[in-house]
Amino acid sequence: MKHIISVLVENKFGSLNRVAAMFSARGFNLESISIGETEDTEISRMTIVTRGEDQIISQVLKQLNRLVDTIKVTDLTRQPHVERELLLMTLKLSKPVQHEIFELINVFKGKVVDIKQKSITIEVIGSPDKINTTIDIFKPYGIKELARSGAVAIHRGE
Amino acid sequence: MHSSGQTLNGSEIFFECLRRENVEYIFGYPGGSLLKVYETLYDVEDIQHILVRHEQGATHMAEGYARATGKPGVVLVTSGPGATNTVTGIANAYMDSSPMVVFTGQVPSSLIGNDAFQEADIVGITRPITKHNFLVKDVKELAITIRKAFFLATNGRPGPVLVDMPKDILNASCVFQWPETVDIRGFKPTLKCHINQVQKAAHKIAKAKRPLLYIGGGVISAEASEELRKFAIQQNIPVTMTLQGLGAFPGNHPLSLGMLGMHGTYWANRAVNACDLLIAVGARFDDRVTGKVETFAPQAYKIHNDIDPTNVDKNIKVDLPIVGDAKHFLSSLIEEMPDAFENRESWLAQINQWREECPLTYTSDDNTLKTEFVIDEVSKQTKGNAVVVTDVGQHQMWTSQFYTFINPRSIITSGGLGTMGYGLPAAIGAAFGIKDRPVVLFCGDGGIMMNIQELVTAVHGKVPIKIFLINNSFLGMVRQWQELFHKEKYSFTDLGDSNPDFVKVAEAFGCKALKADNPATAREAIKEALAWNEGPVLVDFRVIKKDMVFPMVPAGGSISDMLLERLNPKTMV
Ligand SMILES: Cc1ncc(C[n+]2csc(CCOP(=O)(O)OP(=O)(O)O)c2C)c(N)n1
Ligand SMILES: [Mg+2]
Repeated sequence: MKHIISVLVENKFGSLNRVAAMFSARGFNLESISIGETEDTEISRMTIVTRGEDQIISQVLKQLNRLVDTIKVTDLTRQPHVERELLLMTLKLSKPVQHEIFELINVFKGKVVDIKQKSITIEVIGSPDKINTTIDIFKPYGIKELARSGAVAIHRGE
Repeated sequence: MHSSGQTLNGSEIFFECLRRENVEYIFGYPGGSLLKVYETLYDVEDIQHILVRHEQGATHMAEGYARATGKPGVVLVTSGPGATNTVTGIANAYMDSSPMVVFTGQVPSSLIGNDAFQEADIVGITRPITKHNFLVKDVKELAITIRKAFFLATNGRPGPVLVDMPKDILNASCVFQWPETVDIRGFKPTLKCHINQVQKAAHKIAKAKRPLLYIGGGVISAEASEELRKFAIQQNIPVTMTLQGLGAFPGNHPLSLGMLGMHGTYWANRAVNACDLLIAVGARFDDRVTGKVETFAPQAYKIHNDIDPTNVDKNIKVDLPIVGDAKHFLSSLIEEMPDAFENRESWLAQINQWREECPLTYTSDDNTLKTEFVIDEVSKQTKGNAVVVTDVGQHQMWTSQFYTFINPRSIITSGGLGTMGYGLPAAIGAAFGIKDRPVVLFCGDGGIMMNIQELVTAVHGKVPIKIFLINNSFLGMVRQWQELFHKEKYSFTDLGDSNPDFVKVAEAFGCKALKADNPATAREAIKEALAWNEGPVLVDFRVIKKDMVFPMVPAGGSISDMLLERLNPKTMV
């Protein structure tokens, strides 16, 4: 099963490496990992998406906790949380389908960030599931390039 | 001795910090990035520097010292090759949870990342084999980093910590401030066990008809042997130990079953198989202990106490996990035990029957020498009071079987990593730490060659270790597997033609050396070696070539697969 884990780490050189290296050394699955500073500049938040049976996930959580740079580990999966991912995608643009593309961008609440003669770059924000669907739907029109941020997530406020 | 508030350079700060950490010995080797440190060391009198002959030797010495004394071992090596030479020793200390702090010199900060002369990313290299590691980026951070390194190495589950110190930092100056306290936000080990869990355990234990204690090295690290002894005897519960746990409970006590696992005793393994309750303390259900996990202690309700939560439910699912320090666990358990508990006489009688069915024995005659005899004889002559160090191989397993360990911190051996070459330097390190008990080393003819250079360190330091070389002219343990599982193809394990004359080798190093090839000469040689305290002594025991260690549960096997004797007795020569 998919799990989304939020980790607060010391904002120190090597922290990301320690986490990533631990995942590969222990053979844990790592679907995405994203990191950025928090309101406290000494602390970064990592959002990790991983998959595994309960026993594996419990090891993942414990191994994350065991790293000295780790301050707090939360498995958000079964708690109320918001999860978002950013997609940047450049599509081929041609007259016959131009209209359809613009309509779809609207449907997905996307934004056009760049437009050229033969290509268009859009941004879409949503849950990783929505991003997957977006990519599937646009595929037939010709995706030239895409970049995904990986999920970031946070507890829902009280 | 300098005081806080004085302006000092990085090298002076380094020694000032070690002083405050009560460091007695540094096992080290100089080089370009450490010139300033060695310049300062020249006038340091209260900390002894032991010059090794290879940096791997330094790490094993530090670990031997740490395991013998319980204090962290300290290593000092230069950048690049000096640092990379410590990797095996660090990995070994990590696997066996030994407290150790390794200081590496590094190229100047401005050159890091430029493939500078003698640069290696040792922080990157050792990340997965240290408990934590640091690169010092500012001389003002040096003292607090050293403080944290010692704190991490010795608190919670012990382990190695590395501090990488660029050359410019060791030359730069700042006002020295010794941090009296240390607080690491992300490091808060759970020491106290949850009392409800302990009560639950006490309840289960009182009702168990066939309970068994399965004890690992954690009990020794936690200095909890007294509590263990008290608890086991009070509750009349038999005790089996892992390789690292030997000595946690006296091996000569009727409740001791010796070691369990691959080369464990027949009766310990039978007891594991039959127990209805297993109490694992400071042990981690290693594959050399469990064999096939599905058939390990199949009838038992499993209680697991460990200081490291990642050890719980890692290899085996347990019924009652209790995270915390072993000493706290055992002492609160003693308090929580109800007065009445099940009678265990028939369980103990059953175990004793297994003990008689298949004891640890060996045959002996006047003309042939067997490893088992040598170890048995050393055990008798030292009355189980020695600090026993081993290398890796058959002799190591026989040591676990035939030396009677009575006290904790009596066996020093590479368990987790199984590092050949560990024994000689570890014995030297142990002997620096322990002066009132003999330090004996059992080492194979293969393994001794992997760090033989450290004989110089022992001779020069007049370190009175007894090197009992178990010379079977083979990489014996590999040969054993070849005989059992690889069609008797003795591929590259026969050292008979290539081994040196070990007596001459030892003498060339300036080490006293003896030789024995039958029980009578062996007995005399052991006596002579134990009486010699002016420096190291090596005894070359010419033991039979093709002996086998039994019992043996083949890797990944169950108790029912346990081999008790040779499959093909004709292979015995
Ligand atoms: C550094 C290292 N290399 C290889 C091995 C694999 N190995 C395990 S036991 C063994 C044989 C050891 O032979 P020896 O030192 O003569 O001891 P014996 O088994 O004969 O007692 C070998 C090669 C190892 N454990 N460590
Ligand atoms: Mg050998």
